[in-house]
Amino acid sequence: MNATRRVVITGIGLVTPLGGNAETTWRRLIAGESGAALVDAFKVDDLPCRIACMVPRGPTDEGKFNPDDWMEPKEQRKVDDFILYAVSAATQALSDAGWAPSTYEEQIETGVMIGSGIGGLGGINDAALLVGEKGPRRLSPFFIPGRLINLAGGYVSIRHGLKGPNHAVVTACSTGAHAIGDAARLIQWGDAEVMVAGGTESAVNRLGFAGFCACRALSTGFNDTPTRASRPYDRDRDGFVMGEGAGMVVLENYEHAVARGARIYAEVIGYGMSGDAYHITAPSESGDGAFRCMSAALKRAGIAPSDLDYVNAHGTSTPLGDEIELGALQRVLGDAAAGVAMSSTKSAIGHLLGAAGSVEAIFCALAMRDSILPPTLNLDNPSVDTPIDLVPHVAKPRRVDVALSNSFGFGGTNASLVMRKVEA
Amino acid sequence: MSDVEERVKKIVVEHLGVEPDKVVDNANFIDDLGADSLDTVELVMAFEEEFGVEIPDDAAETIVTVGDAVRFLEKNKKS
Repeated sequence: MNATRRVVITGIGLVTPLGGNAETTWRRLIAGESGAALVDAFKVDDLPCRIACMVPRGPTDEGKFNPDDWMEPKEQRKVDDFILYAVSAATQALSDAGWAPSTYEEQIETGVMIGSGIGGLGGINDAALLVGEKGPRRLSPFFIPGRLINLAGGYVSIRHGLKGPNHAVVTACSTGAHAIGDAARLIQWGDAEVMVAGGTESAVNRLGFAGFCACRALSTGFNDTPTRASRPYDRDRDGFVMGEGAGMVVLENYEHAVARGARIYAEVIGYGMSGDAYHITAPSESGDGAFRCMSAALKRAGIAPSDLDYVNAHGTSTPLGDEIELGALQRVLGDAAAGVAMSSTKSAIGHLLGAAGSVEAIFCALAMRDSILPPTLNLDNPSVDTPIDLVPHVAKPRRVDVALSNSFGFGGTNASLVMRKVEA
Repeated sequence: MSDVEERVKKIVVEHLGVEPDKVVDNANFIDDLGADSLDTVELVMAFEEEFGVEIPDDAAETIVTVGDAVRFLEKNKKS
């Protein structure tokens, strides 16, 4: 048995701090807008970081996210937002792909691989307080099913009748990338023809904030100028800005997509994984994990480093991580470095944790579609010299045939995806 | 409509997301109002909260229609 089938992206769906759908998000991203703002949804005045990138709620026709479009209010009460975002992004992606399984055969060949880094932290927080105050009899029967990470995929599968593989990834900030890579492999091996894959996250709440603040991971020096806080590769960067949302793709066996005349965004040609085995939150200083991960993805793709046009960086705007990733990429590229561009879209949308990898893979696909690279905002003074074009401040027109997306997570878990443009 | 009946119906409408005119005395939560087993657990909890009573599991199992709830709470309510 050989895993030789080609896998393509035929649908995309986004819920991000820049909008409630993919096109609004992409338009604002290319325009150089930032989703960062002072938090007013919960108490932050006793925390060192007071800013985040939150999903803008409001009318759909303004490009915002309207929960009632995606889930009945009585259902919304039962789940954390990460499930709501996943249902929205997955429904958008299936609609975009024009894939609505109706026959039993279509249903059993379509699966889900949806993960989250953290899951229902907000609901766990509230439930713990409730049990402490009023006792266990007041706890809703929907507490557990509304917080479990795989229930994002569970809800999506129930909503759309997807009866194929039903799996979930939990690898912190690499979740979204691992979900796409693992789902692609299921299709390559013939376990499914179509997979809805991606990550979702809604940890922007008081408990999540306090937790990441305690890790000293968040930016604290830009509370008065939130849109300037996420500044990957800049010398004044001081931590990441939390984001929330979801990114889902419809992955499909190439033959299956062609047979039904589906539009193809890109082919997933490479997937690499590695472990740092170094530290629970810090990346290994040598960049060895990132280097091996990117190298493995390129090897699987069967391409040379010089074939790369664009890299969507993990680049979270932390003092340590950005330069380690940059160094690892330079080592991968060698003499080809001057011909490659890399930007960090976290400069605009913040760090979506478990959703970051899939949202950023979608940005790679859109960069291919529109031949334009999203910028790295706030990159006023790069902290190191590099021949790699970091696309500072403004989007840059460039044809993209091959793109790579990096994701690195707590625990030392790394994933890289390589995508290639498919000519119509 | 009694005070208890009104409060029960309001809770059912809110929790199950159904039209008020469907919430009649003999409406079965599961068969007529689209609730699943977890919804009924949550409904009973909402009744407990609203009326300040504790509804033991064996009593909760006998509350399957709107009227069952109204009659139980008329008899046992504390607030």
